Amino acid sequence: MGVIERKLPDNKLTEAIDLVVNWARASSLWPMTFGLACCAIEMMAAGAARFDFDRFGVIFRATPRQSDVMIVAGTVTLKMAPVLRKVYDQMPEPRWVISMGSCANTGGVYNTYHVVQGVDKIVPVDVYVPGCPPRPEGLMYGVIRLQEKIFKMKVLRR
Amino acid sequence: MAVKDEKQFKELFAKGTSLGKVEEDVMREAFKTQDLWVNMGPQHPSTHGVLRLILALQGERIVDMEVVIGYLHRGTEKLGEFKTYHQFIPLTDRLDYIAANAMNHGYVVAVEKLAEIEVPERAEYIRVLMAELSRISSHLLWLATHALDIGAMTVFLYCFREREMILDLFEMATGGRLTTTYFRIGGVADDLPEGFIDKCKEFCEIFPERVKDYDDLLYKNRIWLSRTVNIAKISAEKGLSLGLSGPSIRGSGVNWDLRRSNPYSVYDKLDFEVAVFDGCDVYARYLVRRKEMLESCKIVKQCLEWLEKNPGPVRAKVPKVFKPPVGEVYAAVEAPKGELGYYIVSDGSTRPYRIKIRAPSFANLMSLPEMCKGHLVADVIAAIGSIDIVLGEVDR
Repeated sequence: MGVIERKLPDNKLTEAIDLVVNWARASSLWPMTFGLACCAIEMMAAGAARFDFDRFGVIFRATPRQSDVMIVAGTVTLKMAPVLRKVYDQMPEPRWVISMGSCANTGGVYNTYHVVQGVDKIVPVDVYVPGCPPRPEGLMYGVIRLQEKIFKMKVLRR
Repeated sequence: MAVKDEKQFKELFAKGTSLGKVEEDVMREAFKTQDLWVNMGPQHPSTHGVLRLILALQGERIVDMEVVIGYLHRGTEKLGEFKTYHQFIPLTDRLDYIAANAMNHGYVVAVEKLAEIEVPERAEYIRVLMAELSRISSHLLWLATHALDIGAMTVFLYCFREREMILDLFEMATGGRLTTTYFRIGGVADDLPEGFIDKCKEFCEIFPERVKDYDDLLYKNRIWLSRTVNIAKISAEKGLSLGLSGPSIRGSGVNWDLRRSNPYSVYDKLDFEVAVFDGCDVYARYLVRRKEMLESCKIVKQCLEWLEKNPGPVRAKVPKVFKPPVGEVYAAVEAPKGELGYYIVSDGSTRPYRIKIRAPSFANLMSLPEMCKGHLVADVIAAIGSIDIVLGEVDR
């Protein structure tokens, strides 16, 4: 939205524009396939026929340049952390992050010398999905919560 | 037309003659070309996780390759030294998360060998049943992603349909879909629930039909054949010297399967064929895994028949504070990816002194540079898919 972003007062017009923009953003969330470990398999299962993420407008993209949301699915290690940050920086604004699974949330069972204890130490996280690994339904719930969050965003209004 | 030397090459070049296949060395000498180093990964949709490759290219041909691993090093082996023998089982699940039961199996077999625990026969049959279902689900996921990498999207959806059926069975018996933690030292956690056997039989009926569906899409598909036949060849000698195991070495004509050559559990009582093909290429490895899925289905059927007739205990008495005798042990099982071995050193306490995991994916990955030399960049994807690596297991 550029120079007018979050600068206009509350009125019917700006609210309406907010609604349209948020609707567009929330209904075509393209996540990046950032499978790191076990959770990636459940993420793939969520994209396959039974759970069918396409219904929510969620289509997996292979490049950060085309994606809106990064699903961090798996353990982030110290060696992977700079790569993760670099990929996050390559994503265009607005961007969101879903942290999927215990390892990405807090480090999980891997309290060791080479595991980052929570991906929120590196990138800002919007939604945490618990589980080891979370079921596809869990991830689906996380995506729906993220959509709710996007609907509350103010694009033009202060 | 083959070019002999630089002089001839320059003559032909001056005349404007079409060269055809030019010998690489002569080209390099004439043009003084350098290798181009290209990075691939760790964030790449076709590297099956967080594998990083550094490719040295001449034109589009690969002349050298370096495999960089460690992006998923979680310190499982070190963590094992701070857990009791029972507590380590859930961590083994997360090594090869696609076939968690097979990973459990290797560990419990090793600990039981160390402590000389007699496992009830029913537990052994349940273990084999679960391990074989894992093998099918692992191979299905492999086929799905391998075909997706090469460009066949439909296979992905088909394979996941059947995979969900297996995951439903796992959920019924263990409560978990992926990381099941079903095996215990001395048996399994609990007996199979009511209705499991019927549902599993239903799956066994449906599955061979569904394999025909995959065959319709791939088996004689011209695109599939041109992407896989004669790609990423590795000879049996070279493969053995690099420690290749599992379906990857059986695709090079080596009849070596731990279930047959060194039977554990109750594999010696079961009737199945070891899938061996001698194409040495990606297609042969596809054929091996395809046949293995059907053979595993046969094993599952036999196990179900036996389990229906023979009720009994499923867990030997093992103390909660479990202290195996001082000593060391190596035990290996045939995981879906190859030979999975656990080397455990015990100092007589409740925790292992050292656990070393011989991960099949790690050993298989070492033959990747050998396979890819001389091929195009696009063939690297096919080669990675064909050795079926899981990075959780490679990096541990």
